[in-house]
Amino acid sequence: MERKKVTIDGNEAAGYVAYHTNEVIAIYPITPSSNMAEWCDQWAAEGKKNIWGITPSISELQSEGGASGSVHGALQTGSLTTTFTASQGLLLMIPNMFKIAGELTSTVFHVSARSIAAAALSIFGDHSDVMATRSTGWALLSSNSVQEVMDFALIAQAATLEARVPFIHFFDGFRTSHEVAKIEQLTPDDMKKMIDQRLVLEHRKRGLNPEAPVIRGTAQNPDVYFQGRETVNPFYNVCPDIVQKQMDKFGELTGRKYKIFEYFGAPDAERVTVVMGSGAEAVEETVEHLIAKGEKVGMLKVRLYRPFSIKHFIAELPTTVKVLGVLDRTKEPGASGEPLYMDIVTAISETFNEGNLPFAYPKIVGGRYGLSSKEFTPAMIKAVYDELKKDKPKNHFTIGIKEDVTNTSLEFDASFSVENPDTFKGKFYGLGADGTVGANKNSIKIIGEGTDFFAQGYFVYDSKKSGSMTTSHLRFGPKEIKSSYLINRANFVACHQTVFLETTDMLRDAVEGASFLLNTAASKEEVWDTLPENVQRTLIDKKMKFYIIDAYKVANETGMGGRINSVMQTCFFAISKILPREKAIEMIKYAIKKTYGSKGEKIVQMNFEAVDRTIENLFEVAVPDAVTSTFNIRDAVPSNSPEFIKNVTGKIIAGFGDDLPVSLMPIDGTFPTGTTKYEKRNIALEVPVWDGDVCIQCNKCALICPHAAIRAKIYDKSVLDTAPETFKSMPFKAKEHGEGLMYTIQVAVEDCTGCGLCVEFCPAKNKREVRFKAINMQPQVPLRETERVNWDFFLDLPEWDRTELKVNTVKDSQFLEPLFEFSGACSGCGETPYVKLVSQLYGDRAVIANATGCSSIYGGNLPTTPWSKNKDGRGPAWSNSLFEDNAEFGFGFKLSIDQFNEQARILIVKLGDKIGDRLAFDILNAEQKNEADIRDQRLRIEELKVKLTEIENSSKDEDVKFDVINLLSLVDYLVKKSVWIMGGDGWAYDIGFGGLDHVLASGKNVNILVLDTEVYSNTGGQMSKSTPRAAVAKFAAGGKPAAKKDLALMAMSYGNVYVAKIAMGANDAHTVKAIVEAEAYDGPSLIIAYSHCIAHGIDMGIATRNQKAAVDSGHWQLFRYNPDLVAEGKNPFSLDSKGLKIPFKDYAYLETRYKMLTKSHPEAAAKLMVEAQDDVTKKFKMYENMANSSPNINQ
Amino acid sequence: MDLTTTYLGMKLKNPVVPSAGPISQEVSSIKALEDAGAAAVVLYSLFEEQIEKESLANHYYTTAHNESFAEATSYFPEQIEYKAGPEEYLELIRKAKEATDIPIIASLNGKSLGGWVKYAHNMEEAGADALELNIYKLATDFNTDGREIEQLYIDIVKEVKKNVKIPVAIKLSPFFSSTAWMADQLDKAGADGLVLFNRFYQPDIDLDNLEVVPNVLLSTPMAMRLPLRWIGILYGRIDCDLAATSGIYSEKDVIKMLMVGAKVTQMMSSILKFGPNHIADVISKMKFWMEANEYNSVDDMRGSMSYMNVGDPSQYERANYMKVISSVKL
Repeated sequence: MERKKVTIDGNEAAGYVAYHTNEVIAIYPITPSSNMAEWCDQWAAEGKKNIWGITPSISELQSEGGASGSVHGALQTGSLTTTFTASQGLLLMIPNMFKIAGELTSTVFHVSARSIAAAALSIFGDHSDVMATRSTGWALLSSNSVQEVMDFALIAQAATLEARVPFIHFFDGFRTSHEVAKIEQLTPDDMKKMIDQRLVLEHRKRGLNPEAPVIRGTAQNPDVYFQGRETVNPFYNVCPDIVQKQMDKFGELTGRKYKIFEYFGAPDAERVTVVMGSGAEAVEETVEHLIAKGEKVGMLKVRLYRPFSIKHFIAELPTTVKVLGVLDRTKEPGASGEPLYMDIVTAISETFNEGNLPFAYPKIVGGRYGLSSKEFTPAMIKAVYDELKKDKPKNHFTIGIKEDVTNTSLEFDASFSVENPDTFKGKFYGLGADGTVGANKNSIKIIGEGTDFFAQGYFVYDSKKSGSMTTSHLRFGPKEIKSSYLINRANFVACHQTVFLETTDMLRDAVEGASFLLNTAASKEEVWDTLPENVQRTLIDKKMKFYIIDAYKVANETGMGGRINSVMQTCFFAISKILPREKAIEMIKYAIKKTYGSKGEKIVQMNFEAVDRTIENLFEVAVPDAVTSTFNIRDAVPSNSPEFIKNVTGKIIAGFGDDLPVSLMPIDGTFPTGTTKYEKRNIALEVPVWDGDVCIQCNKCALICPHAAIRAKIYDKSVLDTAPETFKSMPFKAKEHGEGLMYTIQVAVEDCTGCGLCVEFCPAKNKREVRFKAINMQPQVPLRETERVNWDFFLDLPEWDRTELKVNTVKDSQFLEPLFEFSGACSGCGETPYVKLVSQLYGDRAVIANATGCSSIYGGNLPTTPWSKNKDGRGPAWSNSLFEDNAEFGFGFKLSIDQFNEQARILIVKLGDKIGDRLAFDILNAEQKNEADIRDQRLRIEELKVKLTEIENSSKDEDVKFDVINLLSLVDYLVKKSVWIMGGDGWAYDIGFGGLDHVLASGKNVNILVLDTEVYSNTGGQMSKSTPRAAVAKFAAGGKPAAKKDLALMAMSYGNVYVAKIAMGANDAHTVKAIVEAEAYDGPSLIIAYSHCIAHGIDMGIATRNQKAAVDSGHWQLFRYNPDLVAEGKNPFSLDSKGLKIPFKDYAYLETRYKMLTKSHPEAAAKLMVEAQDDVTKKFKMYENMANSSPNINQ
Repeated sequence: MDLTTTYLGMKLKNPVVPSAGPISQEVSSIKALEDAGAAAVVLYSLFEEQIEKESLANHYYTTAHNESFAEATSYFPEQIEYKAGPEEYLELIRKAKEATDIPIIASLNGKSLGGWVKYAHNMEEAGADALELNIYKLATDFNTDGREIEQLYIDIVKEVKKNVKIPVAIKLSPFFSSTAWMADQLDKAGADGLVLFNRFYQPDIDLDNLEVVPNVLLSTPMAMRLPLRWIGILYGRIDCDLAATSGIYSEKDVIKMLMVGAKVTQMMSSILKFGPNHIADVISKMKFWMEANEYNSVDDMRGSMSYMNVGDPSQYERANYMKVISSVKL
């Protein structure tokens, strides 16, 4: 069977072989491995068969711990079983991995290697995770490229069956897992030839079977456990030879020959590096270049890292070697060296001691590179080889960063390049939403599969979920591409969004004579004057060719709206001339038909038309001789920002984070809060504009705004004396806060994302023209300058006294300052309005534990943080531990706070006579039930601090001094703290449920906010146990067959947990009331908040309608369960919504997640919809019964 | 008692046919209509515009956020078996044909000329016994004159007839300047039947929320006067069959329509209001009336009260209107 050339990424390559060579797959999503499982799920849904002609069983579990448990179980019962994971996920599998290896079980786990969260989480690639499994007894096999991923996936599978040692097959997260490359695809026939059926049957035979019962997994005592552990030695001893044998067999079959250690370089090399993973590709490329320059260098690729074969390693080294530079893509603080380095030292040393070293004892140095996908370029690699030339090369060096604290880093010349001049290198800057990455993936496939060229694509995303910039790096050429790093010498640069001209120096990496394509609304004649000075200068200096297209015009005229992918793709082919134009267009159209054919003829036709209309709208612009522009790229942060913001945050925002030295980084991951306000992103095309005449001053717009970009204030009229001319103000209609007050709704137009939720949620219509409301969307650019001034003026207006506000009302809650602002959440996010509300109500005394997920990313991803502080310097203290442990993490906060509070109280009693009995009594007996109480307690604490300082200064008694100093460090804990535990449904319903349940049962006063999107949002829409029946999600492509878990009911069963289910878009007053009640309850509280999400497939700008429909249908009941009411003889349960007003389907079919099933599986959709309606009806009636029952329902 | 009639070249057991409406979305409901005595069923309308919009919305909402964020290259599973076209409707035709013994008439509302032809062809292939073209274009464009719209209707009929072999009826709008001329033109364009008239949904105002909202009301018996007049006027003067629809509730309504010349009467509002068994009730009362009034067959009464056959045809014309006004004055 002839092998196809395919253009795919590393994840697909691994998934492809894993799917074909396994019977059972149990997974849990985690970046960057999720796609492997998603591919398998898709193939299973398509009914694709493995090499034995069956469709593997695919199951999504509740955690990686669960997935590995199921894998272990399936293996123990004889199935060929696999999973896919990374990072923390792999760590959660370690307990089972010890078992699986201990039981000599054949399996391969495919791992897209990723950093482990230490001082910070990172989703990007390095070897920290796989290195953490070294003691499990698993073989570790490393792939360096997409082709190797496919090949080694199969070699690992073949080897594990023979060796009975389980394998981790790993490759670098993102760099290889997400790199798209043209490779040769193995055929099922290849796989059948590599997999020995006799070994498969032996594996199956070892499975537990009551027909031939055995017991496995005993508990052993000191007498025999040790001996038992040593029984496996022979298996490990022969494993390297088995892997090499399988590699040799594979070489015979495919022509691609691999070695478990593989040397590349000069036969007489003196300086040799040892490296593993994608970095080896760049090293090979560099070595080839250096050899051509006459240098005696070489490199050794480590493919089978465990079991480590000293014999094979030594044999592979050239006998001329004098110095070894070992490169580790991980860090082990406190170790005598990183793991690969240590193994090499041991290997050389042992062999030397045995007298078998075939060369003189070499110098060995180790270094770290590439943590968290840090670039690893030929320039850096050359620096390593240069270092190895020295008499005393630096050991334990770092390369790729400036490490100026302990000075481990090597200097490198960034201008050094080894890239093949025959390779086309293009960089494309796009917006996430404009389809740029998708179009480029398509282009790679077209070139990869339509020409003999090699092709490579890699894509960089920023960390925002709205208005994110994507950068695509595409290489094509006649020679195999080994450049495993970003393009820094581009001969084609495309800017798909004009706005990037203001923020990004896109031409920095362009080579002389390169082409620049700009999507702009400006004409050929006008465009030059729209360019910043640096762009004009670069175009002239580098003698570049300049092309323009008004892609949005073409897209709009052809019905494509904001999707300019096909237009820009056509421009790229037309300019680059990689293919003849006609051929290119034909292939683009073929790709369009293939991609969109099943989505509807209209979509295909629209794209065809866009392609056809592109050429006539693409113009080359003659580059003038002189720079005429008077403006430049704007500063990333204002020039008057604090030093840290200018020197660190600003650099990261501007895209120069790679240049930051270690000395400027916080040592323990601690960052200042309130930094999003410096990052004026200006991403909204339209922003809300307040019409005070129509406004009824309800503050709903401010409440629903996901980004805190709309604020309300009341203030004394006198402050308007200095107001800017365009500052808007109206008399405040309500009188409860005094007469003659003024009122303003102010929009932060530079921070707004333009979602329009405020307009949708505004209840006030202009009676003369009902299309207008009290807040209306208008283009942002003409408003930018005036509103910037108005915003600054507004911020300087004094905040209204919190103690005078009725904070349990929608209106007054919005006069509280948000301490969560301008996050990177999606435009129109359904979660952040709740988060922001909590920050307004309790932010000045809140400690927040945040589960990993969307909320930890928009809440804590650099460069900036939305968690903020007020003018007194108070605000939420926030942290993220892990995904699975968030409830316990927040519980820990509470334990600590209670402990400190108790210690402080004891000391106050002890020092009472010195402090003053009255003050001590008042402090100890402060109720702190409302804002006024809190203020009074704060005043007492200030008084106490003064007194304690006086005592400290005046007392001669050392014991008293000791107590006073101790108490001073604890007094802040005498002001009531509000502990919040936040996260999504993936955390609360699935991976963190055990901990959440335990914390609820603890009785401790913590507040748990579940931002329930009913799906794993952050990792891309995988089913959770919150996903409702009939909804489509990944791993539920045929509609989720089971009902949504009722987390609230489970919590209510404890009887002493405050539980509320809320939906701000349906009933905002209920939301505010429930949150205030929950916080006030002296015990655990659980608030489950309906959070609409892009993963629902809805119009986010009108999503409050979906919330309302969800409530009206009865799917989302609004209720509160307040245990305090029992003591009052009342029913603790109050059902606060009238459900069953509309059929469930009238809600569900507003959303693509349900609707799509009617088009893909109409019969299943109809059946599931009937069942889902039944779920809704029964559940609602049950809650009605509870509401109408006696108060002792749970007693 | 012979209740049989012919319509679009098909022999029907009686002249009562449920018209296009929500009740025919399920095979079980279609079967219930047959069991109640329906002589044929016109399925609910397939809207080309809806198919397009649904496929565009599905595409947009499942892909809008793709490739925007490193952790999620997509948010939905790949839709392997997504049916972007009329598959669901065509499947209903197939299943209705399998489940019943009565003719199944598919109803189509196209958008483009190509769409009309393509979907009509699909419906024929799926087994529809006949087509009803639900031609509907609200003339809101100030730049389109009446002739252009009339020609569009004629072109659609010609194109569809050219491409299908099964009979084709046209459900007509009542808003033509010259209904008689238009009926004649459609007849000449090849229409096998005209269904009089299409009743359009009219918007309403929600005063609480100051919104223009759809407010679907069932037709009332008053609505039957308009088709009654025009069937009466057209009967015998054009070749194609005439079907009456709008406001037909009772056996007497059916009889009146037959008397002015209808081959069949289509009802929906009354079925939605009283359930499928209303059909059986109407048929049985119709038989009773015919016996009492000594009619042996529906053919006996057909057209007997038409423009051609009444003594004073001016009743159908302007004089009729004048007389009503003057009688009110009296």
